[in-house]
Amino acid sequence: MSSLLEHLRDRSRGGRRLLVPYVVAGLPEPEAYSQVLAALAEHADALEVGLPYSDPLMDGPVIASAAQRALRAGVGPLHALDLTAGAVSGPRIAMTYYNPVHRAGEDAFCERCARAGFAGLIVPDLPLEASAPLRAAAARRDLAWIPLVAPTTPHARVAALAGSATGFVYAVSTLGVTGRRESLSERAGAVVAACREVTDLPVLVGIGVSTPEQAYEAATFADGVVVGTAVVEKVLEEGAAAARDLLARMREALDRL
Amino acid sequence: MTLSAPPVCDASGFFGDFGGRYVPEILVPALQELEDAWAEARRDADFAARYEQLLRDVVGRPTPLYEARRLSERAGRRILLKREDLAHTGAHKINNTLGQVLLAVRMGKERVIAETGAGQHGVATATAAAYFGLPCVVYMGALDVRRQHLNVVRMRMLGAEVVPVEAGSATLKDAINEALRDWVTNVDTTHYVIGSVVGPHPYPDMVAALQSVIGDEARAQVLEALGALPDAVIACVGGGSNAIGLFRGFYDDPGVRLVGVEAAGEGLSGRHGASIARGTPGVLHGARSLVLQDDQGLITHAHSISAGLDYPGVGPEHAWLAATGRARYVSVTDREALDGFAALCRSEGVVPALESAHAVAHALRGEDGDVVVVGLSGRGDKDVAVVAEAADAAIVA
Repeated sequence: MSSLLEHLRDRSRGGRRLLVPYVVAGLPEPEAYSQVLAALAEHADALEVGLPYSDPLMDGPVIASAAQRALRAGVGPLHALDLTAGAVSGPRIAMTYYNPVHRAGEDAFCERCARAGFAGLIVPDLPLEASAPLRAAAARRDLAWIPLVAPTTPHARVAALAGSATGFVYAVSTLGVTGRRESLSERAGAVVAACREVTDLPVLVGIGVSTPEQAYEAATFADGVVVGTAVVEKVLEEGAAAARDLLARMREALDRL
Repeated sequence: MTLSAPPVCDASGFFGDFGGRYVPEILVPALQELEDAWAEARRDADFAARYEQLLRDVVGRPTPLYEARRLSERAGRRILLKREDLAHTGAHKINNTLGQVLLAVRMGKERVIAETGAGQHGVATATAAAYFGLPCVVYMGALDVRRQHLNVVRMRMLGAEVVPVEAGSATLKDAINEALRDWVTNVDTTHYVIGSVVGPHPYPDMVAALQSVIGDEARAQVLEALGALPDAVIACVGGGSNAIGLFRGFYDDPGVRLVGVEAAGEGLSGRHGASIARGTPGVLHGARSLVLQDDQGLITHAHSISAGLDYPGVGPEHAWLAATGRARYVSVTDREALDGFAALCRSEGVVPALESAHAVAHALRGEDGDVVVVGLSGRGDKDVAVVAEAADAAIVA
């Protein structure tokens, strides 16, 4: 079992729901980034760190422009790994587009992730059929693999995707890119249910989970939530403390379950 | 005949080491659906007949193979132009969009989207959408919206919505990103009409098959005109659809040299769009190919005076042809392209697209034998403002 999965199982004992915030590495600027990580970690069961990329096609305007901002400050994807190394409590998961991994070499990239203290990996534009070598390289360094399952994923494919997971399964709540939604998609429940049928790993809902109410609603059927855009917005507009407060309210909402 | 030929790529969409399908999970089932629908359609005689009818009645095919007599005199060799500029809407792009929109209708899609660089693909998609009565949204880099304004107006006249994209370099690369974001959101109802031999499988091979009419016609026409094959065929390469379309007609003729012309922009040591000359293997827009990137895998900005060649990647089939040596790739600077543009205007009374002017400029170098066919992929009406503004543009003085 991966260290990340062991940790998440421990944290979800007794039905406790998991909270995984996402932040783009290097925000709001590289010097202040470690304070952001520390603030977010207070209410995080794990922390998802987005490696800034030039062509983030799964990201909506908030996260895409945050990545541009980080790149302008000199935080490239490999630099972002090193910048995240060091004293943050709790496991970190790297979210990266595939090209930086391909460029570095899959083994070298995983080695660098592990050295920087990462425990998991999400590569949203690398489909199952092409991911076997990277999954093997990740497994050798105890980097848990976290696949995305979408509302469009056919039933038979859900089993194969979930079967590749060694950390948790990321259930994409809706069709679309990262960003706020008025309400949680009605399709989220079906995605989670399809995953449940074929895996006993934790299933977390992401994309379009921005408010404590939406987090609560998602967690009525899922094991937890990933919160990205809302966290990035708070960090950039109101600062790390405000982002921590948002997560505290989300934690409260999840604990009502 | 063109459509029913077997795919050039393997079952996973690879041309040698290049190609494949690198996309978010949301799109994987849609691409599988498209692959299946395309595989079925290309073998269906009714689909092929309908497509051929569209090529004849809407596009006006076959396009002429035109002997450029005065240009040939100037170059000291025989130059024939495959006149895709005479196709309806003024470029080869319409061959592909009519085929894809015909397929989209067959698949029951209700809406089409496209990216565009120079605007030619956007115009061609808007035209096909109008013909079939489908709503159409075209994503276009904000920089290209400014430099290709004529085509923006044309797309709007044809009923398309044009969405300027400010992100990144505000050019073709970013327009494709935005179109992919739209597709991720609306994949249930929407077909994405990709305009070149780029993108995830099955797009590169499908677009190539739809463009291979260029090379099939050119081969038959040159044999009829000269009784022999040319020494070389020459075409510009951005994503590379007109070049692949022309090249495919000559794959089985080892004596015919295939020459792709990339944009050297300000020169290969400065800003350029030469992904084969200066790129490295990478994954961009769903396929593994040669891309312009830095040592961390960030895609770098391309540059060309021609918006259609201003792209930091290239179709995987070209990367494969370069790797195997079957095709050779050269490059032409902005300045040389303007000279080629002027030469064709003054020698033949033909105003080429700046993209095509790159191929003309290379043909004038005379490196590839005594008889060459040049792919004249589009006409240059859209470029008159850019040419007039170009520093030192003696042609309009």
